[in-house]
Amino acid sequence: MTQWTHVAGKGNRNLKLYALSTCGHCKKTKEFLDESKVSYDYIYVDLLSQDELEKVYSEMKKYNPRGSFPTILIEEIDVIVGARIDEIKRLIDLND
Amino acid sequence: MTESGIGEKEIDLRIKILKEDAKKRGYNLNTDELLVRELVSGILINKKRYGFESCPCRLTIGKKEDNIDIICPCDYREQDISEYGCCYCALYVSEDVEAKKKTAEPIPDRRFERQDSENHKVPDNCAGIKNLRLKYPIFRCRVCGYLCARENPPQICPICKAVSEKFEKYL
Ligand code: SF4
Repeated sequence: MTQWTHVAGKGNRNLKLYALSTCGHCKKTKEFLDESKVSYDYIYVDLLSQDELEKVYSEMKKYNPRGSFPTILIEEIDVIVGARIDEIKRLIDLND
Repeated sequence: MTESGIGEKEIDLRIKILKEDAKKRGYNLNTDELLVRELVSGILINKKRYGFESCPCRLTIGKKEDNIDIICPCDYREQDISEYGCCYCALYVSEDVEAKKKTAEPIPDRRFERQDSENHKVPDNCAGIKNLRLKYPIFRCRVCGYLCARENPPQICPICKAVSEKFEKYL
């Protein structure tokens, strides 16, 4: 089972956050999403079992080939790499 | 204890050591104390989880040998600080960022850029140098560039304190 955690909130767009549990930028990004009260799903890739990790990580690398964190995927189309809060804001607002 | 099982005291102690070392060796820790705390706690969690202190902002996959480059301080710290004003995690920042003349922005990860450490070695066309019959091999610290001529690399880099695995045979 792949362990995505759903955070309930505003909107029903498909927002996915690939994060590392130890990473400061990921934490900042997650805090921003929490504060904006949007609905999203997140996963801590470093906490997965090896099989799951490989599966989830290769899926993530389809969107961000460099494989860096955090990676945010909006509606399976837009990809934001890194804690680029302004860009996340812009894309979330745009889709409102 | 934090939820990660790393004691607050252990984190405090490590931050203190890192701060002192950084000052002594010409580096600066980020002035954002909360961020530093999180990153240091991440490094200690990784040590517990993987057996080595890998970068908290990068995914550690596989054996230690495959991750020597991202043992903190990573091989990319120098270049990132001079180019962007901070290391990838922003644990270490440049003097300007520390003095708040510049801010540390998120930066790209250069780990998987094509820059194998072969690039840093003496190129083949310098045959004269390559064929030198050295009494001792020369080792290079991948973190700070320190060179030394001796039978084996030191246990710890005397300049930046990197572990012996960070040394590559240079000549
Ligand atoms: S020096 Fe490298 S490994 Fe250490 S925190 Fe910074 S980016 Fe991560």
